[in-house]
Amino acid sequence: MQETSSSIHPIFGRLSLESFPIHEPILVVTFAVVAIGALGLMYLLHRYKLWSYLWDEWFTTVDHKKIGIMYMVLGIIMLLRGFSDAIMMRLQQAMAFGGSEGYLNSHHYDQVFTAHGVIMIFFVAMPLVTGLMNYVVPLQIGARDVSFPFLNNFSFWMTAAGAIITMISLFVGEFARTGWLAYPPLSGISYSPDVGVDYYVWGLQVAGVGTTLSGINLLATIVKMRAPGMTMMKMPVFTWTSLCTNVLIVATFPVLTAVLALLTLDRYVGTNFFTNDLGGNPMMYVNLIWIWGHPEVYILILPAFGIFSEVTSTFSGKRLFGYTSMVYATVVITILSYLVWLHHFFTMGSGASVNSFFGITTMIISIPTGAKIFNWLFTMYRGRIRFELPMMWTVAFMLTFVVGGMTGVLLAVPPADFVLHNSLFLVAHFHNVIIGGVLFGLFAGINYWFPKAFGFKLDKFWGTLSFWFWVVGFWFAFMPLYVLGLMGVTRRLRTFDDPSLQIWFIIAGIGAFLILCGIVSFLVQIAVSVWRRDSLRDVTGDPWNGRTLEWATSSPPPAYNFAFTPVIHDNDAWTDMKKRGFKRPLGGFRPIHMPSNSGAGIYIAAISIVFAFGMIWYMWWLAALSFFAILGVAIAHTFNYHRDFFIPAEEVAATEDARTQAMVSAGGH
Amino acid sequence: MSSAVHSANSGATKDDDLVFYLEDEHHHAEGSSTALGFWIYLMSDCLIFAILFAVYGVLGSSYAAGPGPQDLFELELVAVNTAMLLFSSITYGFAMLEMEKGKTNATLVWLGITGLFGLAFLGIELYEFHHLIEIGATPQRSAFLSAFFTLVGTHGLHVTFGIIWLVTLMVQVRMHGLIPANRRRLTCLSMFWHFLDVIWIGVFTFVYLMGMLR
Repeated sequence: MQETSSSIHPIFGRLSLESFPIHEPILVVTFAVVAIGALGLMYLLHRYKLWSYLWDEWFTTVDHKKIGIMYMVLGIIMLLRGFSDAIMMRLQQAMAFGGSEGYLNSHHYDQVFTAHGVIMIFFVAMPLVTGLMNYVVPLQIGARDVSFPFLNNFSFWMTAAGAIITMISLFVGEFARTGWLAYPPLSGISYSPDVGVDYYVWGLQVAGVGTTLSGINLLATIVKMRAPGMTMMKMPVFTWTSLCTNVLIVATFPVLTAVLALLTLDRYVGTNFFTNDLGGNPMMYVNLIWIWGHPEVYILILPAFGIFSEVTSTFSGKRLFGYTSMVYATVVITILSYLVWLHHFFTMGSGASVNSFFGITTMIISIPTGAKIFNWLFTMYRGRIRFELPMMWTVAFMLTFVVGGMTGVLLAVPPADFVLHNSLFLVAHFHNVIIGGVLFGLFAGINYWFPKAFGFKLDKFWGTLSFWFWVVGFWFAFMPLYVLGLMGVTRRLRTFDDPSLQIWFIIAGIGAFLILCGIVSFLVQIAVSVWRRDSLRDVTGDPWNGRTLEWATSSPPPAYNFAFTPVIHDNDAWTDMKKRGFKRPLGGFRPIHMPSNSGAGIYIAAISIVFAFGMIWYMWWLAALSFFAILGVAIAHTFNYHRDFFIPAEEVAATEDARTQAMVSAGGH
Repeated sequence: MSSAVHSANSGATKDDDLVFYLEDEHHHAEGSSTALGFWIYLMSDCLIFAILFAVYGVLGSSYAAGPGPQDLFELELVAVNTAMLLFSSITYGFAMLEMEKGKTNATLVWLGITGLFGLAFLGIELYEFHHLIEIGATPQRSAFLSAFFTLVGTHGLHVTFGIIWLVTLMVQVRMHGLIPANRRRLTCLSMFWHFLDVIWIGVFTFVYLMGMLR
């Protein structure tokens, strides 16, 4: 629509042969590997006739547990991509000294650091967090499924579609070269005329639909679907943190949607929201995107706090210390997360009073967070601690995260921030809290709930190896960045002049390599566990002597979760049931009302990819066509009134009997 | 085993009356979360408008030496337009009253009238936009106009989708009658429609009336 419109092909839009990066050997090799891998996978699926199994049992499923697992798979796959970007940057920065240009040109390098941030936040951390919430929350509250099971499937596929759009940019065209928040005017059409920012915008918009809907869904689920007896103050802490996270999702993702839409209008229509002239205001973008962006980091960390609470309590064999204060701390963090956004740009020049306000609110957040740390420590105090993998991750988190929290408080002091803004100190800080907090929490959660999802534990040897590689690798990779940041090195640099800095980048590179070993060990851990699943098998459904309801049912749980709806009398409902001699019911089963599968979610998400592609490349006919197709499929879906069925009582009885048999033959209770 | 519930086989006597599960299937009535879920959705949508209002608040006087509200807005036209939307809300209310009485045809008639008022509103809005663009007050002209067109246009887009939804529901009510699923859908659309009315009152006050006072 801009002045380039003369060169837009009526069918292919901006897409031409030059859009394919065949002159970039790194990308060509990556594409070859991905293509061969995909073809191999498709051949195997075809050979073993798994397509219909995948379609019927997974892609169209409305079962919150399977959707949760699909989210986890998406997150882990994207972790590999996001980490590839990370190690490429570390390698480049360790090399590019003394006149060396390194091995990445600036065009490629700028895309790499943008893609790394976008992918790690939106397509690694978010799917992993959402996946765990999806899997665990309905089980913890004794529900059969979420409030809106079809919406759940649709949300997942929209998230996956956003990830796919972002991945397409690797091989067709380019990705944004703007940094992960795409600040204008750099991200405006005059400074970024290519497709990169458009991939960014449409990938996030499509995924954002999924995230918002999933937030609404889980929020309604927690409010409406709790088992009888589970009052708000009897909810497990993970459910509480999930509730607050989903409140944050619903209350912030629309802001992201709106601000990206405005940027899109600037780029496509030529409006002047964030332009330098005709009244536009680029700093308004920065304000708006951080009004989403700061709560976003709490969206990620709160569920991790919930995981640590469950893990600490379980592996200390004690009720969580200070449950009520934990809940209030979570709620206070939720509210405060809205009042700190400006600390991301104290340097905007909003004056001493405004900066002081946001500096103080930022520092106040460390109080409820500190309360949480003490609650976990007091839970461990005089507990009978078992150092299983989830507990190891939790202890590593407490040691690491406190350091990240303290550097955060340093950055919250506006005068200090004027020195450290946009430096590697900042980069070290937020990796310190996101890896040390969110990622360690996710690994704790994965190791903790994996036996629930699959019926066997994860291998401890490879898990321990992965743990040590990750933790040590993290410290090696990011402590040097604190040092460099204090010396004044700014972020996102491609080459360096001062040779005395090189040693720190080499140490950081070694750290990244250790983290690589950690990721490989994690993948090996999963493979080995699947291979040795019989010796790791757990038939009790309660391998850790757990305390909350999800451990009351079998592992993996049946589609209906609980044969009878549980009634709750205590915070640690399952511990309470065990203590009072609960006997599992063996008869009297009733038919169970369940939602039916639907393919509409994956269809709409697939067409959304086509729509986004049409918009990105200015293929207006394709965009219009796919837009109406989305509308058509969505409307057609509403004409389907038969969305549920009953699992017959005999089938429930057979499932429950099989579990009884397995427990008896394993010598269980 | 008692008749309705299963007691815990616990040694402690005081626990004997505790139940750990319901023997009957616990019913979350179908669609029992829909009203709450839809409310939450509306609030998230409201946030999008909140941002657009805030953007208009920031950029609303950045005319870039171009035309301002007093040069552009015709309050008479906007007043008629507002009346169209308010009438459509009233007629939707009548449709809901007929739905409560179980009268399918009367419901459909009122829904149809609501849709016509909605179309009238959109028609006038499009006329206004067309007129503004014609005289050179395009969204590209200044940040004020960008914010104006986006806020008002987003509302108009919502009304458009509301009308598509309305027509879809009319077909579905025609096919299946006022079954519980359709009543639930009509209630959701009702909330959506009134929500758009509330937003429009904000637009009318904040953009048009206060714009003329500037």
